[in-house]
Amino acid sequence: MIEIRNLYKAFNGKKILNGLNLTVRRGETKVIIGRSGVGKSVLLKNIVGLIRPDAGSIKVNGVEVTNLEEREYNKIRMEIGLVFQGGALFDSMNVGENVAFVLNEFMDLDKKTVDDRVADALALVGLKDVQDLMPSQLSGGMRKRVSLARVLCMEPQIILYDEPTSEVDPITAAALNNLIIEMRDKLKVTSIVVTHDMNMAYKVADSIAMFYHGQVIADGSVDEIRNSKHPVVYQFIHGEAHGPITEDESLVFGHIIQKK
Amino acid sequence: MDFNRVSVVALTKPWMFRWLAYIGQLAILCGQTIYWICVPPFQTYRFLVQAKRIGPGSFLISAMVSFFIGMIIALQMAYLMVQLSAEIYIPNVIALSLTRELAPVLTALIVAGRIGAGVTAEIGSMVVTEQVEALKAFAVNPVKYLVVPRFLALVIMLPVLTIFADFIGIFGGYIICVKKLGINGVMYWQMVRDALHLKDIATGLIKTIFFAMVIAVVGCHQGLNVKGGADGVGTATTTAVVRSFILIIMLDCAFTFVFYFLFQS
Repeated sequence: MIEIRNLYKAFNGKKILNGLNLTVRRGETKVIIGRSGVGKSVLLKNIVGLIRPDAGSIKVNGVEVTNLEEREYNKIRMEIGLVFQGGALFDSMNVGENVAFVLNEFMDLDKKTVDDRVADALALVGLKDVQDLMPSQLSGGMRKRVSLARVLCMEPQIILYDEPTSEVDPITAAALNNLIIEMRDKLKVTSIVVTHDMNMAYKVADSIAMFYHGQVIADGSVDEIRNSKHPVVYQFIHGEAHGPITEDESLVFGHIIQKK
Repeated sequence: MDFNRVSVVALTKPWMFRWLAYIGQLAILCGQTIYWICVPPFQTYRFLVQAKRIGPGSFLISAMVSFFIGMIIALQMAYLMVQLSAEIYIPNVIALSLTRELAPVLTALIVAGRIGAGVTAEIGSMVVTEQVEALKAFAVNPVKYLVVPRFLALVIMLPVLTIFADFIGIFGGYIICVKKLGINGVMYWQMVRDALHLKDIATGLIKTIFFAMVIAVVGCHQGLNVKGGADGVGTATTTAVVRSFILIIMLDCAFTFVFYFLFQS
């Protein structure tokens, strides 16, 4: 379970998280939606301790983590897998070594066991025979899937996905959605999924939270969000170019003027 | 204006504070690195990868430079010594100047330019592509994983490179002295052996251990603190080389000062 209370984080005086509250129950898949730059990825990094909040509380499985020493935080980190937006694969290692990273670092396993677990993790994300490729030889979508396979090898209790289906083709995106659902149903993994993809959000979410101005402005079941009349939520989930969000940001999208 | 007042004014300059803060950050990183060296597990494989890159990878260029430096010293000394009919002492000058000063410093500068820049670029690009954050997310300490192998490899390989540079530089001097200045070959090596004492070689090698620490810590610090994208990596790489050069020369000056008084007799 993840419980976030009154979380504040600013960068160079700009408030990104502004008293954010969010609860993710054990075994739940919470999808976070919101405009780019509203602090979705910052929240994930706060949970893993890559960024420390300015104020507020984050409890992971009942443990207050905001003030933990690195050594203590590392025990929490072993329970959390973060799938980075850009994959964050180690470019000096091939795919097999990337996926086996945690196994090689922390577990004393023989080579065959490691190879088998790597192959299993890659198969789960729809990849095979790619162990010897270098990250630079992979497409954006493949990098993301390898990154997910690397996290799956950890067998974490909590997985944080940062835009897992961006740069991924629709068929692979559907397979990844199914995988996230299976992880919840079979392994009882708690997940936070940051995405702009509303199809994905409706498919995988138990609940959806929308971030706006560093706060959660809506948090509810898929149907509650889908049928929300909140103008900000409505504009976002329907992907409309004009509405309260763009007015608030003084955004005027241009039009192409055709020359006669 | 009295001296104390000048010092206080100088210390209040912003650049002075920035440099002091920078040296402090380097000292902290150095301390963390030494701490993590002592904490198991010991990652031999990563150390060996770095050692191979630094040692054999830098050998040819440092050997070439020291060979030509040996020849240059011989020729420059010949210009003066021949006038004094003291060309027989040229081997002594070559041996002492190379082992005490030129081989350690030039090898360190070559390695700083070649390896220090590479370390910054490599770690910097890992920072901008979130690989360092990924290490932390997997509960792996970036200092232990990235800095320790490079630090140890530099501290071990730079003295080794310097020993080779000493010999090759002296051999460069031999070529000029024997082939050009007509000094007997056996006498050349005899003069070199008489001129060199263990302390001459030791002081040169002790310095290189500290130069290696400077190269490793400055390179890794710049890499870990890269801001922005490819532009930031480029700037950090240049800064790492410049700062390593400055710190190596400053440290060399300090060591020469200390050794002069320590081993005056």
